[in-house]
Amino acid sequence: MNAASPIASNELHLRTDEAALPRYALWLMAWAAVTVLLTAVSLSVGTSSIRTSLKWLMSPDASSNIVLWHIRLPRAIGAWFAGALLGLGGAIAQGLFRNPLAEPYLLGSASGAALGVTLGLLAADASLSGLAWTGELGVTGCAFVGACVAIALTLALSRGVLQTASLLLAGVVVAFLLSAITSLLLLSSPETWRAMQAFLLGSTGFISWRSVTLLMVIFVICAVPTVLLSRGLDALTLGEETAQSLGISLPALRLALLTLLSLATATTVAQVGIIGFVGLVAPHLVRESLRVSQRQMLVAAPLCGGTLLQAADLVSRWVIRPAELPVGVVTACLGGSYLVLLLWRRARNA
Amino acid sequence: MSHRLLLLALGLGMSSLAAAPMVLADGPIVLRDAAQHELRLEHPPHRVITLLPSLTETVCALHECARLIATDRYSNWPESVQALPKTGGLDDAQIELIVSLKPDVVILAHAPRVTDRLRELGVPTFVVETHTYADISRTVSAIGELLAVGDHAIALNRDIENSVAAAAESAKRSLRGRTPLVYYEVDSGPYGAGPESFIGELLARLGARNILTQDLGPFPKLNPEYVVRHNPDVIFVSPQEASNLDHRPGWDQVRAVREKRICSFAPQVRDTIVRAGPRVAEGLEAMADCLERVAP
Repeated sequence: MNAASPIASNELHLRTDEAALPRYALWLMAWAAVTVLLTAVSLSVGTSSIRTSLKWLMSPDASSNIVLWHIRLPRAIGAWFAGALLGLGGAIAQGLFRNPLAEPYLLGSASGAALGVTLGLLAADASLSGLAWTGELGVTGCAFVGACVAIALTLALSRGVLQTASLLLAGVVVAFLLSAITSLLLLSSPETWRAMQAFLLGSTGFISWRSVTLLMVIFVICAVPTVLLSRGLDALTLGEETAQSLGISLPALRLALLTLLSLATATTVAQVGIIGFVGLVAPHLVRESLRVSQRQMLVAAPLCGGTLLQAADLVSRWVIRPAELPVGVVTACLGGSYLVLLLWRRARNA
Repeated sequence: MSHRLLLLALGLGMSSLAAAPMVLADGPIVLRDAAQHELRLEHPPHRVITLLPSLTETVCALHECARLIATDRYSNWPESVQALPKTGGLDDAQIELIVSLKPDVVILAHAPRVTDRLRELGVPTFVVETHTYADISRTVSAIGELLAVGDHAIALNRDIENSVAAAAESAKRSLRGRTPLVYYEVDSGPYGAGPESFIGELLARLGARNILTQDLGPFPKLNPEYVVRHNPDVIFVSPQEASNLDHRPGWDQVRAVREKRICSFAPQVRDTIVRAGPRVAEGLEAMADCLERVAP
């Protein structure tokens, strides 16, 4: 990291340690088991009582089949992939900026994606709640363009990708600017204001098998190259000079990872709105229990993020059922509480 | 004098909103509004600003449109108010513009920040709350008292009650005993209109059964699964949403979607349904017409 950067790296959590394989494998299996368990529980949590849901599972009929297999299951799996994309984004951002407080929305990409979605919907006079394939792809495309424009603006403002501190500050500025434009657009269209607000607070209610397919494909597109680039991230944890001396082209690495980060963020925003804290908390949860290399982190953080969002989604539809809470509010409450706990523990141990 | 006494009787008999207007013989009118603020006016107000479309419509339905000097940005009926200066919305009212227009009174709904600021700046405010069908007549009476047109208010309330009763009666006749199960989607959050909302009350008057229950509140944010499980016969939804309902997960199996029993209205018709104001009968008729066409 640049020595002049105020974003101190002395609190760095990233380590180049590679967790011992058995422990790491056990950890992955435990989280995978929790995911499977939550997916199973998801089938029995909704607007009906758990007893009714279990009865449906035992003796399904046409109507319960729709609720179980076309609403609850895609919702649970889609929430997992959205959370996994956020976890992956968080791992990329924290590795790239070597800062434990970095998160996927850092460079203004979420605000850009939200602006892209809003512009796309206003131009097409459409709504997010029931899109066909073309609509899903169109909205995701708009979000991606928006996220890329946001990141390009951030890079232009910070004059490149080399200065981490300038990048982060430019990201904050761009995020505020683009959010303000989104708000202005929505103010001029009061009939879409409330629906968009509900969406932007995070919404997993309308995830269909179409959305699941899209999220899954984008997850693979983002995860595979990221894991392949993990050697660069590992080298970066030793410092920029060291990374460069190891033959890593930092600008190329950063641009590639930023593109993948914006694709992950844009797809998540287009499908489930802006969901905070998952991308920030998932890598922390991994580090709490494991010392991992970047490659291991890039596998573990998505698993953790997916499980977290699945759990938050369950809470959102359980607490005030048959109504539901915006899932972004639940992740903010749970994630915020976790970070407060983390800070409190750190202060106590200091 | 007799006019004022009549107002007093009206105030005591019909209006619990503007509780007990104390009308002095030749002195100022003193009213207490829904926020329990006392409003004291030396003369009936001639320069009025309204900050909610239903309030604008009420003033105009009392034949006092000429007193309006500005409205909120959403007021669009009757056509004459479209040319008036717009002072923002209820919650983001342009205080400076309102003050500069020197109104005798600003009529608005519950918006404490706006009300407090205007009162601090010496602008009289009159707060009314119109959430239910019964509130409409209270609001009409209260504004009638405020504008000193109590006789118009009595006539307007009678007209509203008669037209609503006629529309409901006619709808029940044309529905011939059908009591469709309905879901009214306020927006694609999805937020629905519950039985205790104004829209829910209108649906009940038409004999429709709401899939939402009382305990969910007036406008709950729903788990979309709720609608699929309750399988409504008819769905009320915006025109943008209407064509996409079958793309929502599981909704293609909902009876209303499968059998295309969907009611959606142009914005100007929708205004009459969602605004608890003097055009309530028009909104009721629009809903009744659609139910008559599509209800099983």
